[in-house]
Amino acid sequence: MNKIFSEISMDLKNEKTTCKALIDSYLQNIEKQKELNAFITVFDKEKLAKRAEQVDSKINSKSAGKLAGLVVAVKDAIVVKDERSTSGSRILENYISPYNATVIERLENEDAIIIGKANMDEFAMGSSNENSAYGNVLNPIDTSRVPGGSSGGSVVAVAADMSTVALGSETGGSVRLPASFCGVVGLKPTYGRISRYGLSAFASSFDQIGPIGNNVEDTALLTEVIAGLDSRDSTSANVPVPPFTDQITKGVKGLRIGIPKEYFGKGLDPEIESSIRSAMDKLSNDGAEIVDVSLPNTEYGIATYYILVTAEASSNLARYDGIRYTHRSREAKTIAETFVKSRSEAFGEEVKRRIMLGTYVLSAGYYEAYYKKAQKARTLIKRDFVDVFSNRIDCLLAPTSPTVAFKFGEKTKDPLSMYLSDVYTVNINIAGNPALSVPCGKNSENMPIGIQVIAKDFDEAMCFRVGHAIEKLV
Amino acid sequence: MSVTIDEVKKIATLANLEFNENELEKYTHQLNTILEYVDQLNKIDTSSVEATYHPIQYPDVFRNDDIKESLPIDKVLQNAPEKTWQYFVVPKVVGP
Repeated sequence: MNKIFSEISMDLKNEKTTCKALIDSYLQNIEKQKELNAFITVFDKEKLAKRAEQVDSKINSKSAGKLAGLVVAVKDAIVVKDERSTSGSRILENYISPYNATVIERLENEDAIIIGKANMDEFAMGSSNENSAYGNVLNPIDTSRVPGGSSGGSVVAVAADMSTVALGSETGGSVRLPASFCGVVGLKPTYGRISRYGLSAFASSFDQIGPIGNNVEDTALLTEVIAGLDSRDSTSANVPVPPFTDQITKGVKGLRIGIPKEYFGKGLDPEIESSIRSAMDKLSNDGAEIVDVSLPNTEYGIATYYILVTAEASSNLARYDGIRYTHRSREAKTIAETFVKSRSEAFGEEVKRRIMLGTYVLSAGYYEAYYKKAQKARTLIKRDFVDVFSNRIDCLLAPTSPTVAFKFGEKTKDPLSMYLSDVYTVNINIAGNPALSVPCGKNSENMPIGIQVIAKDFDEAMCFRVGHAIEKLV
Repeated sequence: MSVTIDEVKKIATLANLEFNENELEKYTHQLNTILEYVDQLNKIDTSSVEATYHPIQYPDVFRNDDIKESLPIDKVLQNAPEKTWQYFVVPKVVGP
């Protein structure tokens, strides 16, 4: 199986390998597994070779940063200077970014190497990666199944050894869901933990960049480098970032772990339930106290979520006007036609559906009934989490998804059934808390199962600590 | 609540989108399915609940109004579908 980055780093220092050799081997894996369609853009080979040699010489002169040799796939919604960034959309087909996202700056300052831009659902709207203008991403474990979305390409890059780690983004589960479908680790950090400067906006009161790795240690390392206050994102939090990697091996002895009963109801695949319960038993044997808890407003999550995010999306996506940096229709003769035809030609079906729904819930006469109502429901959902954590609970454990990865086409005809795939993830985005999805065994068809560790605001350290314990036990 | 095809046409105009008749019918049907589902929020009493706009509350962020370096104009315009000199080009707009 794939090596932990600390081992790769040791090999680099001991001259057992080089960054150049690592890049070559990842590029070969990308080429060999082209049919998985994990990347929209793989960076130029010569540029990558040059960058690898630069980092190699820094390692030789012992002046390299702590991510020297870490090869990263980046979701195509996050901009890298002078590279194409499409967000999975035709409307940004030729967009070349004139600047770097903050997370890219931070990675490169520590000598990580970005290998390319990962495929995704258009504007991060989707749970299966069937909404990319650049084609479906396939699940490497069973190519007849979806990898999950919207960060499907990022997750597959990690799962199929095409990069060491990856960056995705979450609005309602877009890192955790694919991570659970493909058997890797993915974090939804606390809202405000990681700067979003350079991430294309979908729903701004939800969006967060999320790190993905083959193991908890790599994911923790990636998080500690990119997290923290950034003056260019006024929603980034002024909360110190602890060294997460130092704390992952603390174990679970004495922790109080809550099991929210609403996450174990109707619709949960029995095989997943038994895997999660067996992990709970093992944590209990290791000294954790397992406590039954309740988040009573859980059932309103999907309705609240799809009102609020579509409203925010309809506003955020108004910037794609065919004038400033997007596709312009050749049919348009007037300014009004430029807007309408450029957008109608180049947005995909799901994006249009969400813009329509969002415009409707914000329109005169419906604003109070839908949008305002959902914002109030958001208060109640958030309060559930505040209440449960105020009762000496250290973290919550729940399945990441009610099912394993489903087949292509299974849910595309009925948008609502697709939306319901996010039933266990969206509430955490509504509330803002951090949550880490970790592999928790496989079902009888050999498909991975994911378990999520949900913690208090800004307590990602707890997610990693409990996640690491699960990784060792399962 | 349910939406009619005429309302869907009106929403499309507000959203700067256009659809053919088949698409209009499909979207009307799908929006109604979704709206029917979200109507379950009416089961909750929110009469005494405040709205939440952001999941985490932060103090307002202020900064000094200093001039900082911005991107050069040619970089800003590099992705424009049509441009001339230092400007975006748009179809002629003559107001009434």
